[in-house]
Amino acid sequence: MSSIMRYNVIARSPENFRDDEAIAIMWNKDCHAPMKIGARNDKNSYFQTTLLFSILSTVVCLLMSSYAIAADVSLHGFIQGNYSADAAKSNPDGGDFKWAEERVQLKLDASKEPFRLFLKTDAFYDHIDEKARLELREGYIDYIEKKWDLRAGRQIITWGLGDLIFINDVFPKDYEAFFSGRPMEYMKKGIDGAKIGLYPAFASFEFIAIPIFEPNNYTNAKRFYMFDPMPNVTNREEKDPPSNLENTEFALRAYRDIAGFDASVYLYRGFYRKPYMIPDDINNTTKITYHYPKLSVYGASLQGRALDGVLSFEAGYYDSRQDRAGTDYTAPNSQTKFLIGYQRQLWEDFTIGLQCYNEYMHNYSEYVKNQPSGLPKDRKLYQLATVRLTQLLMHQTLKLSFFSFYSTSDGDYMLNPEIKYNFSDHVWAAAGGNVFGGGEKWSQFGQLDKNDNVYLQVRYEF
Amino acid sequence: MMRYLIVLLVMLLPVEALAVSAEDVMKKSQATFHYQGKDFKARVVMKLVSKGGQERTRELTMLRKNYGEAGGDQKFFMYFFRPADVKDMTFMVYKYPAKDDDRWLFIPAINMVRRIAAQDKTSSFVGSDFTYEDVSGRDIQDDTHAILKEEKLGGQDCYVVKSAPKKGDVNYAYKLSWVDKGNFLPLKEEYYDKKGELSRVFTADEIKRIKGFPTITKRTMKNLQSGHRTEVTYTKTDYNIGIEDSLFSERFLKQPPKKRIE
Repeated sequence: MSSIMRYNVIARSPENFRDDEAIAIMWNKDCHAPMKIGARNDKNSYFQTTLLFSILSTVVCLLMSSYAIAADVSLHGFIQGNYSADAAKSNPDGGDFKWAEERVQLKLDASKEPFRLFLKTDAFYDHIDEKARLELREGYIDYIEKKWDLRAGRQIITWGLGDLIFINDVFPKDYEAFFSGRPMEYMKKGIDGAKIGLYPAFASFEFIAIPIFEPNNYTNAKRFYMFDPMPNVTNREEKDPPSNLENTEFALRAYRDIAGFDASVYLYRGFYRKPYMIPDDINNTTKITYHYPKLSVYGASLQGRALDGVLSFEAGYYDSRQDRAGTDYTAPNSQTKFLIGYQRQLWEDFTIGLQCYNEYMHNYSEYVKNQPSGLPKDRKLYQLATVRLTQLLMHQTLKLSFFSFYSTSDGDYMLNPEIKYNFSDHVWAAAGGNVFGGGEKWSQFGQLDKNDNVYLQVRYEF
Repeated sequence: MMRYLIVLLVMLLPVEALAVSAEDVMKKSQATFHYQGKDFKARVVMKLVSKGGQERTRELTMLRKNYGEAGGDQKFFMYFFRPADVKDMTFMVYKYPAKDDDRWLFIPAINMVRRIAAQDKTSSFVGSDFTYEDVSGRDIQDDTHAILKEEKLGGQDCYVVKSAPKKGDVNYAYKLSWVDKGNFLPLKEEYYDKKGELSRVFTADEIKRIKGFPTITKRTMKNLQSGHRTEVTYTKTDYNIGIEDSLFSERFLKQPPKKRIE
């Protein structure tokens, strides 16, 4: 049951080049060695799932018994085929597909005021691993009052303003899905926790508690080439923060309108979702342990209409609580991250989106002094620019889009052209490509150079 | 004596007080077409029909609330039922006269609310033959208006008003509107392109009185150049239902209240 509920963690990023939490993409600055450490999640996941289902079934029973007669129930979903073929080189294990699956999703929505139950479950057959699996994507109960509400269970939370650049969206991501040409929604992973919304007149608040840690999912080393600074060390293990009160993650967002702009402030106390490596002996490493260092984030964002378009600002201070001095190479240094975005419609059904992102490392001299030789070094200032172009045609049934990342500091890039057509009100297909290159063999996109792929998504929705 | 005095007084009144100006007609038309009631709700079914006869359907609930007089600020909230790939999406517009609107879209698959940058003057509303501006109305002062003639259309006495945009910010050169003299609803509109050729035609196909408000419950917009047309039907139409201000917020974009969207 447990492994079904999670993405399989095959390999995790070792050294602390850069925190990728910030950037959807930044993930892969690191290197991954082909070893399976997914087992560490299983027990945890089992408990989560059991707990979740106990809660859900209890509430379902409640709903079903006294309430349910009048409950409003709907069932929707889709059947989907999703395939991604190598365009540059076969996979490290010799395979030619990054992704190949058929999937069914069912969404059950039942509501009877003041309660609502929502379940989103996927069943799929993975042709690469030749396994059929079940996955609970979301499953929660809402309780809605006039001035507040509560959502408990597995839920997807999206914060911040970046387009595939995440500063205050500190919630788990699936980068493998993103680089494998899966539909965008699969890039977000749910959290198992509770969210309370408070809506007094002067501002709105979202308060989130996450008792069970969920890391990001990174690319599978059997399918993706990635940089590994210690490829010969095969003894690796991963340590999640244990689930207890002290390790419960908390996140708060307060937001309101300020002079026509949407303003938010964000606070987070928890952990990096990217693993950082601790070698047993840096000069003669025989074992690598991955851990998730403690993190607090303080951030803010502002978005509104300006210059005939939409202008966005977002900033965050990443307080690396285990390495404030910047002297510990097994944990990242604190950072300040900043994003400016601008979106505008230039002509009918054509929109352009531009972003400029900066990441500044604090105590850089300590970092340089303490980074072991043999491990690549991050820059003090990392910079990334993105461009998104979208043209809709044929009564918005045909969508041509192009998205690109280009790091002006590292010189590497990722390009993602895509064409999507809605054949009818129920059937659509999208075809596209992911092209990586430039930079260094360890840089974010540079290390993915050999992983270019072309993908196809076909969906029947009901 | 008194009779002569009245006649004299009437003769002294300015001519404009007796004649209706084109601008007045369009103001009254706007007030009836886009601003009736304190608020408004309808289940909207849009059938998009291609030249070859292929049909696509968009279905949504539209809620509108006025802030101030006719021609003033409005807020719109829309919830999509169909097609399946946009089900549960919500869309919110704060509409202001004389400046660009604010727009937000909620994408349920990733639980995200985003501002969007579409321009309402030229953008198609959900791929239909209507622009955003056709749906929510165009500012009266954006055009110069002139009454060309008065004539009957479908048995109704109408003003025929020519409205020419002051700026070239739309994809037509001018519009002719047949405005019903009785209820001031537009019964027909013809859009002419920059070459002077008829490009789009709007027709009001069914009008009902709802809570006393004359309402176009069936309408069609036909693009004569592409052969594509959009037929719109309003059901569950209602006015003055007491829509709360709080509906127009991020909270309810993410969790649209059932009683409002059904």
